[in-house]
Amino acid sequence: MNTTLSSPHLPVRPTVGGLMRRVLMALLPGIAAMVICFGIGVISNLLIAVAAALATEAAMLRLRRRPVQRFLLDWTAVLTAVLFALALPPLAPWWLTATGSALAIVLGKQLYGGLGQNPFNPAMVGYVVVLISFPTELTYWSQQAVAAGTTLQAQWLGLGAEQLDGLTGATPLDALRSGLSQDLLVDEALAGLPGRTGWLWINLAFLAGGLWLCWRRDISWRIPAAVLAGLGLMALLPWLLDADRFASPLFHWTSGAAMLGAFFIATDPVSGATTPRGKLIFGVGIGLLVYVIRTWGGYPDGMAFAVLLMNLTVPLLDAHTQPRVYGRP
Amino acid sequence: MSVHAQAQFRFPGGLALDYHKLSAPIQDAALPQQLVVPLSQHIGQPAKCLVSIGEHVLGGQPLAAAEGYVSTPVHAATSGTVVAIEPRPVPHPSGLSAPCVVIEPDGQDTQQPDTPADGLAMDATALRNRIRQAGVVGLGGAAFPSFIKLNPGSSVVDTLVINGAECEPYISCDQALMRERADDILNGVQIMLHALDAQRCLIGVEDNKPDAIDALIDAVSRRGDERVTVVTVPTRYPQGGEKQLIQTLTGREIPSHGLPLDIGIVCHNPGTAVAVWEAVTLGRALTHRVVTVTGPGIANPCNLRVRIGTPVRELLAQAGGLVDPDVRLIMGGPMMGFALSGADVPVVKATNCILALRRQDLRPDAAAMPCIRCGACADACPAGLLPQQLYWHARAQEFDKTQDYKLFDCIECGCCAQVCPSQIPLVQYYRHAKTEIWAEERAQRKADVARQRHEARQARLEREEAEKKAAREAKKAALRAKAEKKAAAAQAAGGETAATDDPVAAAIARAKAKSRDKTGGAPAAAAKPAATKPDLPPEAGPKTSQPDSPGPSDNGPGTDRRESPSGDAT
Repeated sequence: MNTTLSSPHLPVRPTVGGLMRRVLMALLPGIAAMVICFGIGVISNLLIAVAAALATEAAMLRLRRRPVQRFLLDWTAVLTAVLFALALPPLAPWWLTATGSALAIVLGKQLYGGLGQNPFNPAMVGYVVVLISFPTELTYWSQQAVAAGTTLQAQWLGLGAEQLDGLTGATPLDALRSGLSQDLLVDEALAGLPGRTGWLWINLAFLAGGLWLCWRRDISWRIPAAVLAGLGLMALLPWLLDADRFASPLFHWTSGAAMLGAFFIATDPVSGATTPRGKLIFGVGIGLLVYVIRTWGGYPDGMAFAVLLMNLTVPLLDAHTQPRVYGRP
Repeated sequence: MSVHAQAQFRFPGGLALDYHKLSAPIQDAALPQQLVVPLSQHIGQPAKCLVSIGEHVLGGQPLAAAEGYVSTPVHAATSGTVVAIEPRPVPHPSGLSAPCVVIEPDGQDTQQPDTPADGLAMDATALRNRIRQAGVVGLGGAAFPSFIKLNPGSSVVDTLVINGAECEPYISCDQALMRERADDILNGVQIMLHALDAQRCLIGVEDNKPDAIDALIDAVSRRGDERVTVVTVPTRYPQGGEKQLIQTLTGREIPSHGLPLDIGIVCHNPGTAVAVWEAVTLGRALTHRVVTVTGPGIANPCNLRVRIGTPVRELLAQAGGLVDPDVRLIMGGPMMGFALSGADVPVVKATNCILALRRQDLRPDAAAMPCIRCGACADACPAGLLPQQLYWHARAQEFDKTQDYKLFDCIECGCCAQVCPSQIPLVQYYRHAKTEIWAEERAQRKADVARQRHEARQARLEREEAEKKAAREAKKAALRAKAEKKAAAAQAAGGETAATDDPVAAAIARAKAKSRDKTGGAPAAAAKPAATKPDLPPEAGPKTSQPDSPGPSDNGPGTDRRESPSGDAT
């Protein structure tokens, strides 16, 4: 029999593919909320990114002489592509989506040795590459759901500057950032912003999916809880001192990539901390950095940079947070 | 203490599994065609065979006696004739053969008469001796001689733990025993408490065995022994691990590399308690045990009271046979048991379960994916280890690093491998690493011994050489003194040639003679002085040293070649 003879003998229920599929399922409420808020562009972003990621993964596996089918069917490339696509604005041009997705697979994953070997979160590597390379296109967030025809035109042919200006607008984080820099108060900066409620619902939808994963124990509760705690605590003190000039923890929890990042991006097992205490420190670090970047950094949101920076600390965290072994002091 | 309690503590990690437990009553297994009784059925030294081929033995008669302290005798389970004493396949992960006594039953099943005694009136030493002579070992699977665990020495034991958790899926022999023989377990417990001089007994049973818990509570309340408490513990694998059960019952942890005795606890299996009672009170040897024959590959799973030495094949037949020829037979449970080399191996004292798993019930091997570092293994590990880090280092053959991550605190329960989404056979890596480290340590010890021996030998050779040299010098000095005396005598006699033993003087004489040759032509007579080299008599080698110690291992090949033809050869 082609089986291992040593114990345990029973088949294992969880598989890498099964785990990834459940994470994808848990993303569905958030994806639905984004489609409602921004239109079909979210879907076509997802399709383009997934297609590019799978093609790149297959090509890289072939080049590296690894079993193509087995690794394509593990769904990890799909999940990377989906997370990357969800970070993109709904009117992003197709080539940006395809390039970023392919680079996420090549630079973020395969060059390090494929599944299980990458020190950085591949989706965030791809996102940061396009964010730095094409900062303008990364601001194409629409204020409301855009019609399908206009979306496809924006993605595949490009729109004129005037038309784009009419469709796109500041996200709440953008608005807060530019408002505060113009000495506006928080309430003034966010006043009458059409996208505010949408982002709230998007974050709540991702929260729901993430809680389901935690409840199923597909992801550890430690990282998301620590990310949100870090972000919330960091936001709490300045807000208590000066609520006019600093946004509330609640605003930070329900803006931008807070919930998507806490439950789906920071919890990437490969690039995250693995020990129980390490996970807590890793998560708190991400939360703190997100707040720092949002408040004092050069970008409106900071999830991608925060995750990548904390990825750097993982070997150190793992080495110094070993749990106490039974029977030892 | 009350009769019944809920566990106050819990152990970290662990798993909820599908249990597939059987509630079948204990049935007596049929008399087998042949009994194959291995001489080593316990941890420690194999027993020494007492019978010879052709001898007729009775049920309960010892076939082999204990050899050394950590050893117990083995007994015949039925009457019959010894037909062979030879190596046979035995249940062991290695699949190797070991010496066995083969008995052909005579069908009478004549047993030696009981020798009853009152255990509670005996002193502890006599008790332990009786338990030892009956061949009682731990029946939970480890088969450690029980009399040793009932001998606390200078340690104080406050708690006896009876491990009725039986946390492995499929196995139900302890459950059946607790349900049907709760009184006998309690009898054994009282003897054990007496032997240990302990004041408290906790019987831990998982809450998925309410029948066993009820039976035990009933027996304890009827007995009115206030020292004994039945504790319901949560059903969670590996609750039946000694360390985990003790943690759940008492909140105490056994120190790393220590024993339960170090924290005042001794842990025994319910089956062992029954065997202790039978050994002490009835004088009966351990010749039977309850075995669960089960699994999806078995037609009629059952609990059988089996004569030790019965071939597994006969048990399978009594359980209705196999439903699929392509099964893996496992001794023990699916989490920690090992695959049998075949159905001809006998049931031994440690055999609690024969499990038949079909191909579709087994873990496929080819499916292993790279580790995705999810950490599910660390969450499941009841020992608080980081299985993933252990795996990386074991795989990279960095065995010293595996020890930094406390490899030897791993109890091999298999939780990590069972939750691994990449389906990596983690425990296999740890076993391999442990084996490699042990082999390395053995080699290191051997090398140390060899080096010490080499150094001792080197020192001895040097000492001998020095002694030889000293003797040589003494001889030389004696000869020189003699020669000087002679020369002095010759000089006194007026001899003019310097015919001397002194080589320097002789050389000077030669040179003088040569120069005389050239000038005078008189032939030099004394060209070769007689003793330029002091000739030693052939037997004059020093005889003071002792010959090499005669141990064969001492004269390793190639080490003494230089020595043998010389001085020590006599």
